[in-house]
Amino acid sequence: MAELGAETTQRARPLSPHLQIYRPMLTMMMSIVHRITGAALYFGLLLLAWWLVAAASGPNAYAAFEWFMSTLIGRVILVGYTWALMHHLLGGVRHLIWDTLHGLDPANRELLTLSTLIGSITLTLLLTVVGYLAVGGPR
Amino acid sequence: MSAPLHMRTPMRRVRGLGAAHSGTGHFWHQRITSVAGVPLTIALVLIVIALLGRSHAAVVQILGSPLIAILMLLFIINSAYHMWIGMQEIVLDYVHDDRWKLPALIANTFYVVVVAFAAVYAILKLSFGV
Repeated sequence: MAELGAETTQRARPLSPHLQIYRPMLTMMMSIVHRITGAALYFGLLLLAWWLVAAASGPNAYAAFEWFMSTLIGRVILVGYTWALMHHLLGGVRHLIWDTLHGLDPANRELLTLSTLIGSITLTLLLTVVGYLAVGGPR
Repeated sequence: MSAPLHMRTPMRRVRGLGAAHSGTGHFWHQRITSVAGVPLTIALVLIVIALLGRSHAAVVQILGSPLIAILMLLFIINSAYHMWIGMQEIVLDYVHDDRWKLPALIANTFYVVVVAFAAVYAILKLSFGV
Protein backbone atom coordinates (compact mmCIF):
# COMPACT_ATOMS: atom_id res chain seq x y z
CA MET A 1 0.00 0.00 0.00
CA ALA A 2 2.86 2.34 0.75
CA GLU A 3 4.26 2.28 -2.79
CA LEU A 4 0.77 2.56 -4.21
CA GLY A 5 -0.10 5.56 -2.02
CA ALA A 6 3.09 7.40 -2.97
CA GLU A 7 2.28 7.31 -6.64
CA THR A 8 -1.43 8.00 -6.36
CA THR A 9 -2.46 11.64 -6.33
CA GLN A 10 -3.71 12.57 -2.87
CA ARG A 11 -7.33 13.64 -3.04
CA ALA A 12 -10.35 13.50 -0.82
CA ARG A 13 -11.79 10.04 -1.16
CA PRO A 14 -15.36 9.23 -0.19
CA LEU A 15 -15.32 7.66 3.25
CA SER A 16 -17.71 4.83 4.00
CA PRO A 17 -20.12 5.74 6.82
CA HIS A 18 -18.89 4.71 10.26
CA LEU A 19 -19.77 5.00 13.93
CA GLN A 20 -19.15 8.72 14.32
CA ILE A 21 -21.30 9.57 11.33
CA TYR A 22 -24.37 7.48 11.97
CA ARG A 23 -26.97 8.67 14.45
CA PRO A 24 -27.21 5.96 17.14
CA MET A 25 -29.99 3.54 16.25
CA LEU A 26 -31.37 0.57 18.15
CA THR A 27 -30.42 -1.96 15.47
CA MET A 28 -26.90 -0.57 15.36
CA MET A 29 -26.48 -0.53 19.15
CA MET A 30 -27.79 -4.09 19.36
CA SER A 31 -25.37 -5.18 16.66
CA ILE A 32 -22.55 -3.81 18.80
CA VAL A 33 -23.98 -5.44 21.92
CA HIS A 34 -24.21 -8.76 20.05
CA ARG A 35 -20.46 -8.63 19.42
CA ILE A 36 -19.71 -7.52 22.99
CA THR A 37 -21.83 -10.32 24.50
CA GLY A 38 -20.11 -12.77 22.15
CA ALA A 39 -16.71 -11.61 23.39
CA ALA A 40 -17.94 -11.85 26.99
CA LEU A 41 -19.13 -15.42 26.42
CA TYR A 42 -15.74 -16.19 24.86
CA PHE A 43 -14.14 -15.55 28.25
CA GLY A 44 -17.21 -16.86 30.07
CA LEU A 45 -16.47 -20.38 28.81
CA LEU A 46 -13.62 -20.29 31.36
CA LEU A 47 -16.31 -20.29 34.05
CA LEU A 48 -17.99 -23.36 32.57
CA ALA A 49 -14.61 -25.09 32.21
CA TRP A 50 -13.74 -24.24 35.82
CA TRP A 51 -17.07 -25.67 37.00
CA LEU A 52 -16.56 -28.94 35.08
CA VAL A 53 -12.88 -29.33 36.02
CA ALA A 54 -13.76 -28.61 39.67
CA ALA A 55 -16.50 -31.25 39.60
CA ALA A 56 -14.07 -33.74 38.05
CA SER A 57 -11.29 -32.86 40.53
CA GLY A 58 -13.17 -33.64 43.72
CA PRO A 59 -15.24 -32.26 46.62
CA ASN A 60 -12.64 -29.70 47.75
CA ALA A 61 -12.17 -28.14 44.32
CA TYR A 62 -15.94 -28.13 43.85
CA ALA A 63 -16.43 -26.44 47.23
CA ALA A 64 -13.96 -23.74 46.21
CA PHE A 65 -15.91 -23.13 43.01
CA GLU A 66 -19.21 -23.03 44.90
CA TRP A 67 -17.72 -20.60 47.42
CA PHE A 68 -16.58 -18.26 44.64
CA MET A 69 -19.98 -18.38 42.96
CA SER A 70 -21.68 -17.56 46.28
CA THR A 71 -19.71 -14.32 46.68
CA LEU A 72 -21.12 -11.05 45.38
CA ILE A 73 -18.57 -10.99 42.52
CA GLY A 74 -19.45 -14.57 41.62
CA ARG A 75 -23.17 -13.81 41.62
CA VAL A 76 -22.68 -10.69 39.47
CA ILE A 77 -20.56 -12.69 37.00
CA LEU A 78 -23.17 -15.46 36.87
CA VAL A 79 -26.08 -13.07 36.24
CA GLY A 80 -23.97 -11.20 33.69
CA TYR A 81 -23.03 -14.46 31.97
CA THR A 82 -26.70 -15.48 31.93
CA TRP A 83 -27.75 -12.20 30.33
CA ALA A 84 -24.91 -12.35 27.77
CA LEU A 85 -25.90 -15.92 26.89
CA MET A 86 -29.61 -15.09 26.54
CA HIS A 87 -28.89 -11.91 24.60
CA HIS A 88 -26.46 -13.59 22.22
CA LEU A 89 -28.87 -16.51 21.79
CA LEU A 90 -31.85 -14.30 20.89
CA GLY A 91 -29.67 -11.92 18.86
CA GLY A 92 -28.32 -14.92 16.98
CA VAL A 93 -31.84 -16.10 16.15
CA ARG A 94 -32.62 -12.57 14.93
CA HIS A 95 -29.57 -12.62 12.67
CA LEU A 96 -30.56 -16.05 11.34
CA ILE A 97 -34.02 -14.66 10.50
CA TRP A 98 -32.38 -11.71 8.74
CA ASP A 99 -30.09 -14.12 6.87
CA THR A 100 -33.24 -15.51 5.21
CA LEU A 101 -34.12 -11.92 4.12
CA HIS A 102 -37.18 -11.84 6.36
CA GLY A 103 -38.00 -9.05 8.80
CA LEU A 104 -35.68 -6.48 7.26
CA ASP A 105 -38.27 -3.74 6.65
CA PRO A 106 -38.13 -0.80 9.11
CA ALA A 107 -41.10 -1.83 11.27
CA ASN A 108 -40.12 -5.50 11.57
CA ARG A 109 -36.43 -4.96 12.14
CA GLU A 110 -37.19 -2.56 14.99
CA LEU A 111 -39.74 -5.01 16.42
CA LEU A 112 -37.30 -7.94 16.18
CA THR A 113 -34.50 -5.92 17.76
CA LEU A 114 -36.63 -4.64 20.61
CA SER A 115 -38.01 -8.16 21.18
CA THR A 116 -34.54 -9.64 21.61
CA LEU A 117 -33.61 -6.93 24.12
CA ILE A 118 -36.80 -7.33 26.17
CA GLY A 119 -36.64 -11.11 25.80
CA SER A 120 -33.06 -11.36 27.04
CA ILE A 121 -33.78 -9.21 30.10
CA THR A 122 -36.97 -11.15 30.88
CA LEU A 123 -35.27 -14.54 30.53
CA THR A 124 -32.34 -13.39 32.68
CA LEU A 125 -34.65 -12.22 35.46
CA LEU A 126 -36.62 -15.48 35.23
CA LEU A 127 -33.49 -17.67 35.32
CA THR A 128 -32.01 -15.61 38.16
CA VAL A 129 -35.15 -16.09 40.27
CA VAL A 130 -35.30 -19.82 39.45
CA GLY A 131 -31.60 -20.18 40.23
CA TYR A 132 -31.95 -18.22 43.44
CA LEU A 133 -34.75 -20.53 44.58
CA ALA A 134 -32.79 -23.62 43.46
CA VAL A 135 -29.80 -22.80 45.66
CA GLY A 136 -32.16 -22.13 48.54
CA GLY A 137 -32.11 -18.35 48.77
CA PRO A 138 -29.27 -16.28 50.28
CA ARG A 139 -26.26 -18.11 51.67
CA MET B 1 4.91 0.74 -10.40
CA SER B 2 7.72 -1.81 -10.41
CA ALA B 3 7.54 -4.89 -12.63
CA PRO B 4 5.30 -7.64 -11.26
CA LEU B 5 7.15 -10.56 -9.70
CA HIS B 6 4.75 -13.09 -11.15
CA MET B 7 2.21 -13.44 -13.91
CA ARG B 8 -0.87 -13.86 -11.71
CA THR B 9 -3.01 -10.76 -11.45
CA PRO B 10 -3.74 -9.29 -8.02
CA MET B 11 -7.41 -10.19 -8.52
CA ARG B 12 -6.52 -13.84 -9.08
CA ARG B 13 -4.44 -13.90 -5.94
CA VAL B 14 -7.11 -12.48 -3.63
CA ARG B 15 -10.27 -13.98 -5.12
CA GLY B 16 -12.12 -16.02 -2.53
CA LEU B 17 -9.80 -14.95 0.26
CA GLY B 18 -10.56 -12.53 3.07
CA ALA B 19 -8.32 -10.92 5.65
CA ALA B 20 -7.70 -14.35 7.18
CA HIS B 21 -6.59 -15.71 3.77
CA SER B 22 -9.06 -18.54 4.02
CA GLY B 23 -12.20 -17.59 2.11
CA THR B 24 -15.87 -17.62 3.08
CA GLY B 25 -16.05 -21.07 4.65
CA HIS B 26 -16.00 -19.62 8.17
CA PHE B 27 -19.00 -17.41 7.40
CA TRP B 28 -21.04 -20.52 6.63
CA HIS B 29 -19.63 -22.52 9.56
CA GLN B 30 -20.60 -19.66 11.88
CA ARG B 31 -24.20 -19.99 10.69
CA ILE B 32 -24.22 -23.77 11.11
CA THR B 33 -22.80 -23.57 14.65
CA SER B 34 -25.28 -20.82 15.56
CA VAL B 35 -28.22 -23.02 14.45
CA ALA B 36 -26.81 -25.93 16.47
CA GLY B 37 -26.16 -23.55 19.36
CA VAL B 38 -29.85 -22.76 19.90
CA PRO B 39 -31.00 -26.20 21.18
CA LEU B 40 -27.62 -26.85 22.83
CA THR B 41 -27.79 -23.58 24.81
CA ILE B 42 -31.31 -24.40 25.95
CA ALA B 43 -30.04 -27.83 27.04
CA LEU B 44 -27.11 -26.26 28.92
CA VAL B 45 -29.38 -23.82 30.77
CA LEU B 46 -31.75 -26.65 31.80
CA ILE B 47 -28.83 -28.83 32.96
CA VAL B 48 -27.26 -26.02 35.00
CA ILE B 49 -30.62 -25.11 36.58
CA ALA B 50 -31.20 -28.76 37.46
CA LEU B 51 -27.75 -29.01 39.11
CA LEU B 52 -27.88 -25.76 41.11
CA GLY B 53 -27.61 -26.33 44.85
CA ARG B 54 -26.95 -30.07 44.54
CA SER B 55 -24.14 -31.83 46.36
CA HIS B 56 -20.83 -32.60 44.67
CA ALA B 57 -21.67 -36.31 44.56
CA ALA B 58 -25.00 -35.65 42.84
CA VAL B 59 -23.42 -33.23 40.34
CA VAL B 60 -20.71 -35.77 39.48
CA GLN B 61 -23.27 -38.51 38.94
CA ILE B 62 -25.58 -36.40 36.76
CA LEU B 63 -22.83 -34.76 34.66
CA GLY B 64 -21.33 -38.19 34.05
CA SER B 65 -24.56 -39.79 32.85
CA PRO B 66 -24.48 -40.44 29.09
CA LEU B 67 -27.26 -38.14 27.85
CA ILE B 68 -26.11 -35.15 29.94
CA ALA B 69 -22.44 -35.76 29.11
CA ILE B 70 -23.17 -35.98 25.37
CA LEU B 71 -25.17 -32.73 25.45
CA MET B 72 -22.42 -30.98 27.41
CA LEU B 73 -19.73 -32.23 25.01
CA LEU B 74 -21.74 -31.07 22.00
CA PHE B 75 -22.30 -27.67 23.61
CA ILE B 76 -18.60 -27.25 24.42
CA ILE B 77 -17.29 -28.34 21.00
CA ASN B 78 -19.92 -26.36 19.08
CA SER B 79 -19.37 -23.24 21.21
CA ALA B 80 -15.59 -23.55 20.97
CA TYR B 81 -15.62 -23.58 17.18
CA HIS B 82 -18.26 -20.81 17.05
CA MET B 83 -16.32 -18.54 19.39
CA TRP B 84 -13.01 -19.31 17.67
CA ILE B 85 -14.47 -18.02 14.40
CA GLY B 86 -16.11 -15.09 16.19
CA MET B 87 -12.96 -13.91 17.94
CA GLN B 88 -10.98 -14.32 14.73
CA GLU B 89 -13.55 -12.07 13.02
CA ILE B 90 -13.17 -9.46 15.78
CA VAL B 91 -9.36 -9.55 15.50
CA LEU B 92 -9.48 -9.23 11.71
CA ASP B 93 -11.88 -6.26 12.00
CA TYR B 94 -9.77 -4.24 14.40
CA VAL B 95 -6.15 -5.44 14.14
CA HIS B 96 -4.55 -4.66 10.80
CA ASP B 97 -0.86 -4.77 11.68
CA ASP B 98 0.55 -8.27 11.10
CA ARG B 99 2.86 -7.87 14.09
CA TRP B 100 -0.22 -7.85 16.32
CA LYS B 101 -2.70 -9.68 14.11
CA LEU B 102 -0.80 -12.95 13.79
CA PRO B 103 -0.02 -13.29 17.53
CA ALA B 104 -3.66 -12.42 18.30
CA LEU B 105 -4.94 -15.09 15.90
CA ILE B 106 -2.54 -17.66 17.37
CA ALA B 107 -3.53 -16.68 20.93
CA ASN B 108 -7.18 -17.11 19.94
CA THR B 109 -6.53 -20.65 18.74
CA PHE B 110 -4.48 -21.56 21.81
CA TYR B 111 -7.07 -20.15 24.23
CA VAL B 112 -10.00 -21.93 22.58
CA VAL B 113 -8.16 -25.26 22.33
CA VAL B 114 -6.99 -25.15 25.98
CA VAL B 115 -10.39 -24.16 27.46
CA ALA B 116 -12.35 -26.58 25.29
CA PHE B 117 -9.89 -29.42 25.95
CA ALA B 118 -10.07 -28.85 29.71
CA ALA B 119 -13.87 -28.87 29.69
CA VAL B 120 -14.05 -31.94 27.44
CA TYR B 121 -11.49 -33.78 29.56
CA ALA B 122 -13.49 -33.01 32.72
CA ILE B 123 -16.71 -34.37 31.18
CA LEU B 124 -14.94 -37.52 29.98
CA LYS B 125 -13.38 -38.06 33.41
CA LEU B 126 -16.79 -37.68 35.04
CA SER B 127 -18.29 -40.05 32.49
CA PHE B 128 -15.75 -42.83 32.80
CA GLY B 129 -15.17 -42.26 36.52
CA VAL B 130 -11.41 -42.78 36.46
